[in-house]
Amino acid sequence: MSFRLPNAGCLIDRSNPVSFTFNGKPVQGYKGDTLASALMAADQRMLGRSFKYHRPRGLVASGGEEPNALMNMGEGARFEPNQRATTTEVFDGLTARSQNHWPSLNFDIGALNNRLARFFPAGFYYKTFMKPQWAWKHLFEPIIRNSAGLGQVPTERDVDRYEYFYAYTDILIIGGGVAGLEAALESGRSGAKVLLLEQSPHFGGRFMVDDIEVDGRDGPAHIAHLLAEIAKLPNVTLRARTQGAGVFDHGYALGYERLTDHAPAATPRHRLWRIRAKRIITATGALERTLNFAGNDIPGVMLASAVRDYIRLYGVTSGARTVVVTNNDDAYRTALTLYAAGLEVPAIIDARPNGGGEMSDQARALGIRIETGHGVAKVIGKKHVTAVEVCLQSGTGGAVESIACDCVAISGGFSPVVHLWSHCGGKLNWDEENAMFSPDPSRPPTDQNGEGFVLAAGTASGALGTNACISTAVTAAHQAADEVGRSIKEEAAPRLTQTPDETPMAPIWTMPAQAPYKLRSKTWLDFQNDVKVSDVQLAAREGYESVEHTKRYTTLGMATDQGKLSNINGLAVLAGALDAEIPQVGTTTFRPPYTPISLGSIAGEASGPLFKPTRKTAIDGWHKSHGAIFEPVADWRRAYAYIQAGETTQDAITREILATRGAVGLFDASTLGKIIVKGPDAGKFLDLLYTNMMSTLKPGKCRYGLMCNENGFLMDDGVVARLDEDTFLCHTTTGGSDRIHAHMEEWLQTEWWDLEVFTANLTEQFTQIVVAGPNARKVLEALGGTDVSREALPFMGFIDGKLAGIQARIFRISFSGELSYEIAVPASQGLLLWNLLLQAGADFGIAPYGTEALHVMRGEKGFVVVGDESDGTVTPHDLGMSWAVSKKKEDFIGKRGMQRSFLMAAGRKQLVGLRTLSDTEKLPESAHAVEGGKAIGHVTSTYFSPTLGHPIAMALINGGQSRMGEVLDFPVGSKVHKARVVDLVFYDKEGAQQDV
Amino acid sequence: MSDLMSFSEIDGSGAVLVAAQRRVAMMTLKADLSNKATRTALKKVLGSAVPAPRKIVKGVAWMAPDELLVMVPEGTTPEDLVNQLHTEIKAPILAVDVSDARAVMTLKGNAAREVLAKGAPVDLSAEAFAQGDFRRTRLGQVAVAFWMEADDEITLVCFASLKQFMFDWLVNAAQKGSLPAYLNR
Repeated sequence: MSFRLPNAGCLIDRSNPVSFTFNGKPVQGYKGDTLASALMAADQRMLGRSFKYHRPRGLVASGGEEPNALMNMGEGARFEPNQRATTTEVFDGLTARSQNHWPSLNFDIGALNNRLARFFPAGFYYKTFMKPQWAWKHLFEPIIRNSAGLGQVPTERDVDRYEYFYAYTDILIIGGGVAGLEAALESGRSGAKVLLLEQSPHFGGRFMVDDIEVDGRDGPAHIAHLLAEIAKLPNVTLRARTQGAGVFDHGYALGYERLTDHAPAATPRHRLWRIRAKRIITATGALERTLNFAGNDIPGVMLASAVRDYIRLYGVTSGARTVVVTNNDDAYRTALTLYAAGLEVPAIIDARPNGGGEMSDQARALGIRIETGHGVAKVIGKKHVTAVEVCLQSGTGGAVESIACDCVAISGGFSPVVHLWSHCGGKLNWDEENAMFSPDPSRPPTDQNGEGFVLAAGTASGALGTNACISTAVTAAHQAADEVGRSIKEEAAPRLTQTPDETPMAPIWTMPAQAPYKLRSKTWLDFQNDVKVSDVQLAAREGYESVEHTKRYTTLGMATDQGKLSNINGLAVLAGALDAEIPQVGTTTFRPPYTPISLGSIAGEASGPLFKPTRKTAIDGWHKSHGAIFEPVADWRRAYAYIQAGETTQDAITREILATRGAVGLFDASTLGKIIVKGPDAGKFLDLLYTNMMSTLKPGKCRYGLMCNENGFLMDDGVVARLDEDTFLCHTTTGGSDRIHAHMEEWLQTEWWDLEVFTANLTEQFTQIVVAGPNARKVLEALGGTDVSREALPFMGFIDGKLAGIQARIFRISFSGELSYEIAVPASQGLLLWNLLLQAGADFGIAPYGTEALHVMRGEKGFVVVGDESDGTVTPHDLGMSWAVSKKKEDFIGKRGMQRSFLMAAGRKQLVGLRTLSDTEKLPESAHAVEGGKAIGHVTSTYFSPTLGHPIAMALINGGQSRMGEVLDFPVGSKVHKARVVDLVFYDKEGAQQDV
Repeated sequence: MSDLMSFSEIDGSGAVLVAAQRRVAMMTLKADLSNKATRTALKKVLGSAVPAPRKIVKGVAWMAPDELLVMVPEGTTPEDLVNQLHTEIKAPILAVDVSDARAVMTLKGNAAREVLAKGAPVDLSAEAFAQGDFRRTRLGQVAVAFWMEADDEITLVCFASLKQFMFDWLVNAAQKGSLPAYLNR
């Protein structure tokens, strides 16, 4: 059984009890407990079921590397699956549920898989679900989807807030153990700006647990000393509960701060630190490895360092009677800690023939039995450990003795946490003596100057002993300070440390060495993914030589823990099976983040109303208060139609069109791009940009123009007005305003830098209002101030003047086909002019219209919309707009592209009008024309025209121009729509309406 | 800080005061800023030398190697300034009123730097960003430019169409209890 010890646990506050629930059952812990330690105190040893075989699983570790104790945490809008119990601090009201079982943790139907385990080896999916083909979709996939995954999927929208923070520092230190703190103090003394991140709520790492003496202080006292010294340095910032999650190019790093997970509050829950550092020191420590013997996944088998952590930090023990199994000296600390806590240690099983060093002598002196050269053949127990069978390490697992116990503390050596070193390309060396990969300081990740920007310190650098740990941290601090242009003037006196002499570890990858299949097939490498020694060996036999392939075939090292415990053991077993050296097999790639971070933190503040910026015109408020429904166009929202009481949307559109064609309409066109192009070479520049000639345009006149990309495909269109000899105003589409301005600048800055031209995007400086319809002139005349007669302001002209006292530029351009004025005024005057026009137009039947009415009216006129009639593969010729492509100009963007044989070929899709045979049946959007079983084109725009009383459409049809009069089939579902190919212009082909 | 009357919207609920200013007169000038005669003429009209990259001097801000943003001083108008520039500068230029294209926000309070650092990839520490510094960058997803008006006050410019979004963004970022306390310790 596991239970709370009296008088131990430096992190818990026994005067401060905390209540929470696990699987609905109330549990009590103390402030400072993790969910793992509190559940351990409550003797809850089984915490979940494994992924594939549904085996009972309990705690293995005490930190972020924990593979088993994953919880469905929280409820409703704060529900989150796969949260590690070891990194979750308890608080009043916390709710946690274990995962991957049905109907209950204790009794799980899925555990049947465990009995059938020999039928589910590595690659089972790939081999089994091949035939029959139909079964994948209808049988296998539904079953697998149902049973796959660990936690549940949240069903409600996340109610918490998240945010980013951009931080800049000279030196970023990741890890707040002794190495990180020593490095922070030392580099801080140089005056450099230092930021240290520690993922857990407290600093000190192993110094809070292990019996270490530094400068006459014990571990915790030394940490307190370091913290006190650092507090004196205003240039050093320490952040707890903040994980250094990733290291990227150019000294960019991500910090993941958990603000309220331990104490729910209204403030942001997580903060993603986006850090720029000149140098990064990774002081991320090391992770202990498991030992590979049969039944090593049974609850009660734990990492030896974790057993010690729980006792020292939280005052809980995972067992009353613990067998320690090891291949190194460190695990003896656990035995001594257990002994000191008054707990039984029936034996230390040391796989090394000659056992350990000074600490083994201490243990022996205390009367603890030590069996060297031995190992564990298998663990006895179902839902928790009841005994271990001890055998000779060199043998095949013939048990020499069974030792009753309720906990097994295992240590297979240590692996430096090299993840952050490796994220951005830092290389590793294989350390033969300690059987581990450690950072190669001569091959660090390099920055924009080709210099290494990451330094490893402490055990993360491969320095396992206390002396080396501290001295590497100090060295890294000096180097980093030096490289950021600070020097450390006073050398601090070297630390004097007291640590016992240790004997080298022995690499033990399988226990016992000659374990037969029966044992190997119950020996777990990867607890989270249920990968066994036998699976990796099978993969090797089946030809998977690359560690990356083996990972994907067996799932070793996948999922939420990314193989933090299993990687080295797995690749060592693979190396053994391939008869290769471990460094030749290599590691899989370490990718950020170090542990999973919340999706909310990645989204930051961008959710709800702040999800995406919405651009609004100066008249937007009026639209909203007058029944407008909006549609997004690029980042803008535009009034789609103004719905009056009792109207459907279609009613409103019909009313708006008839009012405009019959009297006068009012339209907010402010979103159209307005780019000023000015300079002696402006005309020349525009001739290069547009397909048609612009330099011949006379001041005071407007011309419609097309822009193509280099391939000759249409990219934008709009009206260009020549303001004076040197100055043009280019209108773009709503979506094109930023893009086209950037396009212009790119050509000016990279290709035509010799042209004397400047551009400015004035889209937002002006409100632009369209007044269109037979009564348009009367409305403007009612406002007064400028002569807008046909003579003074002819079609395709513009004039600067005042309207009702407001300085305005009035264009005679028309997208509706009616007599139409577009009036540009400074945006601050926009709403005023809108209201004045409404007032003045009241007597003339004025009605505001939205974008859909605009679209229908331009459809009636056969005008194209870039993005509707064009899709990036359409040339002006395809659209029947060859008249807008200059034959005289020597060059323009797209000229040569357009001349390629394919783009000139007959039979390309060409734009035509369509008239349905039925007057009531509108063609569906994007319907395909089919001829002889082949698609020959598609509908680009389709509307019901209230003006004409029947549906109209445009379509791109193979050789469309030569098909006039043909009736085409448009099958949609079971129905075949029929439409005749007709001229594009349905309304006022002569243009009489707009030129009055 | 500007007169309260110059604000169209104010929110004081957070760690800093967030205020949207009414119309601020400003103009964009595009010119060859390396041209000596142009620089001399600019100094004459604007009353200060062309600012160095990423600097603002007396309301004249460096936007790009060929672009300045000029806050139009009281007592003159963008139109007058545009005319003066055209008169004084012989080389081709583009000078236009952009007052209505922009929205201007004020952040007032010691935490202003930290509020901005939640969205702008800029070192906003006092050592790296002080009065006279100017950045054309982004805040969250919005293109902005900003500078220190005083030690505890930041002025921010964005496109007018995003005025409300930007204001809401700032109010959200300024919520009490949400400051990292990294820049102001």
